[in-house]
Amino acid sequence: MITVRNLHKSFGAQKVIDGLDLDIPNGSITAIIGPSGEGKSVLLKHLIGLLQPDSGTVEVDGESIVDLRRSELNRIREKFGMLFQNVALFDSMSVFENVAFPLEEKTSLSKEEIRGKVLTALEDVGLKNIENKFPDELSGGMKKRVGLARAVVHSPKIILFDEPTTGLDPIIKRAIHQLIKDTHAKFGFTAVIVSHEIPDIFDVAQNVAMLFRGRILQHGTPDEIRNSTDPAVRQFISGSLDGPIQMA
Amino acid sequence: MVQALGHITIETMRDLGRAGWFLLYSFYLMLRRPPSLVHILKQLRFIGTKSLFVIVLTAGFTGMVLGLQGYYTLSKFGSEGMLGTAVALSLIRELGPVLAALMVTGRAGSAITAEIGIMRITEQIDALETMALDPFKYLVTPKFIAAMISLPLLCAIFDVIGIYGGWLVGVKLLGVNPGAYFYEMEKSVVWRDVYSGFLKSFSFGVIIAWIGCYKGYYAGHGAEGVSRATTESVVLTSVIILVWDYFLTSVLL
Repeated sequence: MITVRNLHKSFGAQKVIDGLDLDIPNGSITAIIGPSGEGKSVLLKHLIGLLQPDSGTVEVDGESIVDLRRSELNRIREKFGMLFQNVALFDSMSVFENVAFPLEEKTSLSKEEIRGKVLTALEDVGLKNIENKFPDELSGGMKKRVGLARAVVHSPKIILFDEPTTGLDPIIKRAIHQLIKDTHAKFGFTAVIVSHEIPDIFDVAQNVAMLFRGRILQHGTPDEIRNSTDPAVRQFISGSLDGPIQMA
Repeated sequence: MVQALGHITIETMRDLGRAGWFLLYSFYLMLRRPPSLVHILKQLRFIGTKSLFVIVLTAGFTGMVLGLQGYYTLSKFGSEGMLGTAVALSLIRELGPVLAALMVTGRAGSAITAEIGIMRITEQIDALETMALDPFKYLVTPKFIAAMISLPLLCAIFDVIGIYGGWLVGVKLLGVNPGAYFYEMEKSVVWRDVYSGFLKSFSFGVIIAWIGCYKGYYAGHGAEGVSRATTESVVLTSVIILVWDYFLTSVLL
């Protein structure tokens, strides 16, 4: 369970998160939706301690991750995997080395065991015979899948996805969503997905939270969000230009 | 005006504090959790081996020009026989460590900043953190160790090549007695000259790794941020090397 309470975060004079509360239940897929620039990625980075809040608390399984020593924070981070918006593969390493990296550095597995796990993780995301390629030789969709393989290879309890399908064509987009659902069904991790993919994300997530003006405006099942009466939620889902959400 | 001055002062103090912490934390980590040998060897190859060509080239021509200038000056006093001493002492005590460090700054220091800066803006450093790994252990401390080992060795190579560059011009082209060139050198150069040069090189290695890594680690946004960080890194490292050289020389003399 991840619990966020009264979170505040500003960058200079700009207030990004303004008293946000959120509960993310274990084993579920929770999607965070909302207009661009509203702080969804900032919220995600708070969940794993990449950013520290100005005030408020973030708890993972009952343990606060705010203002922890690096060693303590790393102990909690061992529960996490993360797929970044720009994938963040290590560009000087091959695909194999990228996926093997967390295992080589954090486990005492033998080379053969690591090789087996890496090839299985790559196969699970539909990639074969690309382990010797480098990230700059891959397409956007392949990079995302390698990133997903790297995020799941050490079987984390929680995986954070920062816009996993941005910039991909509709078919690859659907394939990535299916992949997230399949890997979630297989491993049962807690997933938090930041996404703009409306309505596709409603088929992936079990909970949806809409972030607007630094707070969670509404949090519920996909159907509850779909049938929301809140004007901002309705406008965001319909993509209308008229409503409380104004383009900056 | 006063507000702007205060803002600049606070920013500068914050930067200095952060840079100081960066250096201390790097040394702490080197002792507490040393990086793997593979990472160190990789950096030794990058900072040391790959700088060899530029070091040999610069050293050769520096020695040759010292031979030429030294001969011109010493011949006015009829002391051409002291050419070997002049070339060797200039190189071993001063020019070897400083020029080798400036060459490595231009070749490897800039690349260190660019590499870490690009990793910062493409979230690769964040990716390391999310894996519960300390980015310093992979990106910073191997470079510190490699630079501290490489610089004294490169300086030694610089000195030897430079001395032979001076010999080539002084002895082979201008006719200085070869025996006098080496005999006078051997008589005048003492162990203190050699180790003061190595001590300088070692500290320059720390400066190159420190500023190179620090500027990359805190690079600003986008390509422009990395480009600015790289320029600042080279300029700042060069300036610190020259200033530190003065202080170290005044202590070691």
